Amino acid sequence: MLRVEDARLLTGRAPFIDDIEPAGTLHVAFVRSDMPHAKIRSLDISRAADHAGVSAVVTAEDLGDLCRPGPVLVPPPPIDGAIFNARTALPLAREVVRHQGEAVVAIVAESRYVAEDAAALVDLDLEPLDAVADLDRALDADAPLVHEDLGSNLAAHVRQTKGDYAAARAHADVVIGRTFRYDRGVSAAIENRGVIADWDGRDGRLTVWDTTQAPIPVRNALAALLGLPESCVRVVAPFIGGGFGPKIMFYAEELIIPWLSMRLGRPVKWIEDRYENFFATTQERGQTHESELALDAEGRILGVRDVFLHDTGAYDPYGLTVPINSQCTLLGPYRVPAYESEFRVAFTNKPVVTPVRGAGRQHGVFVMERLLDFGARELGLDPVEIRARNLLGPDEFPHDHEILYQDSAPLTYDSGNYRPSLEEAARRIGFAGFDGERAAAAAEGRCIGLGIVNYVEGTGIGPYEGARVTVEPGGTVSVVTGVGTQGQGHFTTFAQVVGAQIGVDPGKIRVVTGDTSEFHWGTGTFASRGAVVAGSALHAAALSVREKILQHASRALEVDPEDLVLEDGEARVRGAPDVRIGLGELASRANPLRGAVQPGTEPGLEAAAYFGPARGTTANGVHALVVEVDDETSDVTILRYVVVHDCGTVINPMIVEGQIHGGVALGIGNAFYEELLFDEFAGAGNASFMDYLLPTATDVPAIETAHLETPSPLNPLGTKGVGEAGAIPVAAAFAQAVEDALRENAPGLEIVDIPLSPGKLFALRNPADGGEDS
Amino acid sequence: MNEIRVAARINGEDISRTVEPRMLLSDFLRGPAGLTGTHVGCEHGVCGACTVLLDGEPVRSCLMLAAQIDGCAVTTVEGLAGVAGEPDVGALHPIQRAFHETHALQCGFCTPGILLSVAAFLEETPRPTRDEVREAISGHLCRCTGYHNIVEGVVRAAELLAEGP
Repeated sequence: MLRVEDARLLTGRAPFIDDIEPAGTLHVAFVRSDMPHAKIRSLDISRAADHAGVSAVVTAEDLGDLCRPGPVLVPPPPIDGAIFNARTALPLAREVVRHQGEAVVAIVAESRYVAEDAAALVDLDLEPLDAVADLDRALDADAPLVHEDLGSNLAAHVRQTKGDYAAARAHADVVIGRTFRYDRGVSAAIENRGVIADWDGRDGRLTVWDTTQAPIPVRNALAALLGLPESCVRVVAPFIGGGFGPKIMFYAEELIIPWLSMRLGRPVKWIEDRYENFFATTQERGQTHESELALDAEGRILGVRDVFLHDTGAYDPYGLTVPINSQCTLLGPYRVPAYESEFRVAFTNKPVVTPVRGAGRQHGVFVMERLLDFGARELGLDPVEIRARNLLGPDEFPHDHEILYQDSAPLTYDSGNYRPSLEEAARRIGFAGFDGERAAAAAEGRCIGLGIVNYVEGTGIGPYEGARVTVEPGGTVSVVTGVGTQGQGHFTTFAQVVGAQIGVDPGKIRVVTGDTSEFHWGTGTFASRGAVVAGSALHAAALSVREKILQHASRALEVDPEDLVLEDGEARVRGAPDVRIGLGELASRANPLRGAVQPGTEPGLEAAAYFGPARGTTANGVHALVVEVDDETSDVTILRYVVVHDCGTVINPMIVEGQIHGGVALGIGNAFYEELLFDEFAGAGNASFMDYLLPTATDVPAIETAHLETPSPLNPLGTKGVGEAGAIPVAAAFAQAVEDALRENAPGLEIVDIPLSPGKLFALRNPADGGEDS
Repeated sequence: MNEIRVAARINGEDISRTVEPRMLLSDFLRGPAGLTGTHVGCEHGVCGACTVLLDGEPVRSCLMLAAQIDGCAVTTVEGLAGVAGEPDVGALHPIQRAFHETHALQCGFCTPGILLSVAAFLEETPRPTRDEVREAISGHLCRCTGYHNIVEGVVRAAELLAEGP
């Protein structure tokens, strides 16, 4: 089914944050640190404050009690012996700045132009401090300190184990040990962030429009911090131009803008610009792994040991989600009898790290898949064979990995059937005949190679979501849920879930998401959970409404409920479709102006329901690609790309495929084009779309997809999440394919650092020519 | 600050506004002209979200000043189909319809700029190959779709346009 939200988007009428502007709105520009680590020596705002058209200039001092560290949004799971040192940012920096882009001053003016004029008049004198730029040295005893009071840069230390790795290693025929690095990129949603607040002092009500993936937690936090009842704060997430993770935070701007509106009695608006987005919006990646894989002579996994460092940037407001995802996702679809995993999280003077599409899962997949590749090479196995020998079988579910996942629940896979995915991907990419294809290309002087890798994705975690379904007297069906939506097609998918239960065309169902005045229970859109968790809540609410419809229709038409069918917005008698009544009419009857509502029933055709899974579902898939590497320049072209994935029951195949396509493109960017390049002082030098290379239509190939459906037993729809899947395994597949393409021309080449780039690949192959990065 | 008058024909309608000389065209369209369908993604001319047609040619409205359109004709996404009021799939321009049919948009933020580039492209190249389409849209960044379905959308749009109204 095609999307119901498209018409508004295609005609430019869908309201995005910057399209909203209440009358009398004032505009904000921030003055931010241009240094990664510095002491604020002095700050003079007087010239800015005197500038014509400026309403207010605000520093940390002006915030009073509000100038305290922000919340830790996700508590770390209760892992024995885990250390977690929480350090979060002040809304505006005081005394010291710890990363580029940290806000120091907010300027409110009649227009953004004037606010930026005034920003240039602020005299901010920063004294540079030694910065932590290199993750690998962040925990050295002589490293500069990001947070002086902590005494070291250790943000966290977590160890999780399963079985006895030392014993497994002792029995191994082959042990593969490598160091892997996976560096930083940005989410680069094409729409930057924005916040608009409108305080109505007469009613004591605050309305906030916000590019957030999680409007309800933002409302709750704002109410608590500003001393308002939750019921007097309305947070609306309008149409959002891409989320990808960073829009789920609670940022300083989300507090400062509402506070300014309350203080000034005017609507106040801030829209992030692209340069700010490179520093003030959270970003991801940055890990170094020391990893070991123990195999028997047949290539069976005996155990894995992985010790890694994770860069959290200057603060750690999102707890341990990203490194725990890396730790857990490393295990993949494989039988791993022994696992020893330990990570340390380090503070650095770089922008804050929180989940970006994939959220640490890619690092784990990269490590495991690369280790398997090197193991296969050692044992003379092909990449498909070594993987096939280690896949969990369909009879091994639920499979308990004996460690804890990011949602604090045990890492237990609910269901899966992995081998068919691998075989289907191998078939579609042409694995069986590829030796011949590679040789034929080589005969023409072309280097082509194939990569094929597995991944799993823990999705659809709790705690819960809710939804309400209402049939209105006019016949309109209204569906509301608390999650925000950023282009995933929720308006369509959610309408399909409800329409299927009450016999209404999804195109005629009005779906509202992300407005706390319409629904205020829930958490948000993250961890590939919208369709699973909110979808299941909608399903439950729709079933309740269906029950009410059948009861009222049975009375109205004087037949048993079992004899009724719901279709085309009507209740009809089975076999006598002319005996019928519209849902709108039933809704009117269910809400009588006179007489009585039946004892024990509620008025109207409406129900709310909630769904809270005990733990997440596990989706899986296989990516396979063929690349051509230019032997001279090391440029890489992707010739074909296949994704076979299994996200349980598919509600809307078109939307699921779209999610996969977008994920793959982001993964290609991460693998080969995108890297935020920091100098030795932790300053980023390529913070613009001119220099930070996002993949374009000529870099991303056509993508062939196939669905397998192994339903999840953990929710009534049988669905698993898919939002992040496409992005997770790309780098691993890419690295394997490039090595395969260069097996003759650069034998023994090993790609262990991501992002790769034409420049880096060239340098890897030609170390004598110097390692000039592209 | 001194102000200047800008008079232009935007989506077939003559409008005249007084603005600061430094005002960007993108800000002019979204502000004084009231056409918020033109989106701003990078303000340095790379992402392509703010693309509009100036006398039929695609331009990045974030790289132009409002003053530069004086006496010109501008088409924004709102003018593509010429539909007023609540949008209906049936009233869309063929390119918009093709994008709908092929799921060529997700969040929809970059879409208006792409639609206008494609409109100009298909005028010049009514039956493009997929490679030509990729080249034609390579000046636009999209983070949601992976471009796969945008390519399909443009190919489909060419078919719909060839079929005529």
